[in-house]
Amino acid sequence: MDQTFVIVGAGHAGGQAASTLRMKGFEGKIIMLGDEAYVPYERPPLSKGLLSGDIDIERVYLRKPDWYAKKNVDLRVNTLVDTIDKDNKSLALADGSTVTYDKLLIATGTRVRKLNLPGEELEGIFYLRAIADTLAIQKRLKPDAKVVIVGGGYIGLEVAAVSAKMGCDVTVLEGLDRVMNRVVAAEVSAFYHDVHTSAGVKIMTGVGVTAYEGDGDVTHVVTADGARYEADLVVVGVGVIPNCEIAEAAGLTVDNGLVVDKFAQTSDPDIYAAGDVTNHPNALLGRRLRLESVQNAVDQAKTAANAMLGTLGEYAEIPWFWSDQYDLKLQIVGLSEPDDDVVIRGDPASRKFSVCYVRDGQFVAINTINNVKDFMGSKKLIAAGRKIDPALLADVDTPLKEM
Amino acid sequence: MAKIIITNRDGEKSEIKGEIGISLMENLRDNDYELEAICGGQCSCATCHVYISDNWIARTGERSDEENELLEELECMKEGSRLSCQVPFTAELDGLEITVAEDE
Ligand SMILES: Cc1cc2nc3c(=O)[nH]c(=O)nc-3n(C[C@H](O)[C@H](O)[C@H](O)COP(=O)(O)OP(=O)(O)OC[C@H]3O[C@@H](n4cnc5c(N)ncnc54)[C@H](O)[C@@H]3O)c2cc1C
Ligand code: FES
Repeated sequence: MDQTFVIVGAGHAGGQAASTLRMKGFEGKIIMLGDEAYVPYERPPLSKGLLSGDIDIERVYLRKPDWYAKKNVDLRVNTLVDTIDKDNKSLALADGSTVTYDKLLIATGTRVRKLNLPGEELEGIFYLRAIADTLAIQKRLKPDAKVVIVGGGYIGLEVAAVSAKMGCDVTVLEGLDRVMNRVVAAEVSAFYHDVHTSAGVKIMTGVGVTAYEGDGDVTHVVTADGARYEADLVVVGVGVIPNCEIAEAAGLTVDNGLVVDKFAQTSDPDIYAAGDVTNHPNALLGRRLRLESVQNAVDQAKTAANAMLGTLGEYAEIPWFWSDQYDLKLQIVGLSEPDDDVVIRGDPASRKFSVCYVRDGQFVAINTINNVKDFMGSKKLIAAGRKIDPALLADVDTPLKEM
Repeated sequence: MAKIIITNRDGEKSEIKGEIGISLMENLRDNDYELEAICGGQCSCATCHVYISDNWIARTGERSDEENELLEELECMKEGSRLSCQVPFTAELDGLEITVAEDE
C-alpha cells in the first residue's frame, strides 16, 4: 500500500519539503495542512516588496497554486491541526476530522511575540508575520501617516524604510541601546541608524513601550519615560516564539524549539521537523541552535524530506540571512557573538563595505552591505573555519576567495 | 506560453511550456528543476544559476554588475552563466535551451 506523508504547516519549509519529496520520486500520498488561507509563500517580501506594492501577491507564492494539484499534493488551507497522537499516528484537526500518517513532518514555524500592553486592542496596531498582516498595514500606510515602529530589529527597520520612502512620518522605538542589536556589530548598527536618520526616520533607543492610547483607533504610543508618540498606525516587531505546543503536548522533546537531530528527526522515529520551529545541531558551528531564516527552512526541509525517504544526509550549513532597507542589501553569513573582534573591510561612506567577525583568530561571520562579492566569497571561508590574519581581512584589494 | 528545453543536473533533457511575463527562475521552480532560489529572485544568492546555450546567450540580455559579481565568485561560472531570476521569460525566447548548473 502507498505510504502517506503528512506535513503540518504550509509555509516555506513545508512547501519545500513537498517539492523535494516529489522531486526525489516519492509516489505515495502527501497531505499538507496549513492554517493560513494561502498556498505556501515567501515571507521576506512581506516587509519589503509586497508591503511597498512593488510586487503582487502571486509573485510571493513558493509554487503556483496549481502546482499542488499537478503534483498530487493534497494541500488543505485554512486547516488547523489541534493535536498529534503519535501512538496511533493520527492528527486531530480543528474541524473535528482526523488524518492518519505513516510519516509526519512538523513545519509549524513561529508566531510573533505579543507585548500585550494596555491599549493593545485598539485598531491600527499590527504585528507582521503573514500576508494578511501586510495587507492590513498597507491600508493605513499613506503619505504623511504617522507610523510608530516598536522594535528596531530587521523587520521593524524594513517597515520603517518602506514607510519613509512612501512619505510617512516614521519613528522607531527600540528598547536596547542600538538597532539590530541582536544580529550585527555596533559599527553596522551605527551605519543603519545614520541611513534611517537621513531618510527622515526618528530612532529612539533605550526606550520601553508601556501602553497605547486612543479611542477606537490608536492615537499614541506611550513609553516608560512618560513620552507620548503620535501614531496613525503602529507596527510591532519584537521577536517570535516557535510553534511547538502541539509537538510538546504529543510528548516530543521540546527545548527552545522542537528538538531534532542532524537528520531533522524528532524523538519519535516517524516524526520529522524543519524550519523556524526546530532546535537542531550544526556540526559546523559545534552547537545546537534555532534559526529564523529562509536558508534554514529550505535546507533543513530538504534534509527532512530525504530522511523521510530513507536517505540520511547530515544538515550542516553555515547560516545566512539578508535584509533589504532602502538601496542597501545587507547580507549576513555565520553567527557573530558580542565578544567577537570586528574588522571593517571597505569604507562605510561608500555604502559598499563589509564587517568581518573574528573569534580566537578564526573568521566566523560577516555582514556585507551592497557587497555581494564578499557575501559569496565568505561562505566557503567561514565554513572552513580557518584562522585568517585580520589585516588581510581588512585589505579590500585581496578578494576573500583568495585568502 | 513558450517552449523551454532544459537539461537537469543529472544530464537529462526535457521540455516545458514556460509562462511568459515571469522570470526563467520562476518557470524552473514551478516545474521542479532543482533550484533553491533562496532569495526569491532578488539577485542576492546565486542559487538559481543556469547555463544558457550558446545560440541563445545574446537574446537573453546583459548581466548586471551585481549579477556578474555573484557569478564570478562561483567555481563553475561559464560564458553562458546567468542567474535565472534575472532573465525575464519572453515570447522571443520560445525554444530557449538551458542547463541547470551544479549546486556549489
Ligand atoms: C516580515 C518577515 C520578513 C522576513 N524576512 C526574511 C529575510 O529577509 N530573509 C530570511 O532569510 N528570512 C526572513 N524571514 C524569516 C522567514 O520567512 C522564515 O524563517 C521562514 O518563513 C520559516 O519557514 P517555516 O516554514 O519554518 O515557517 P513559516 O513560513 O512560518 O510556516 C509555518 C506555517 O505553519 C502554520 N502553522 C503553525 N501551526 C499550525 C498548526 N497547528 N496547524 C496548521 N498550520 C500551522 C503557520 O501558520 C505557517 O503558515 C522573514 C519573516 C518575516 C515574518
Ligand atoms: S534567486 Fe537568488 S539570485 Fe536568483
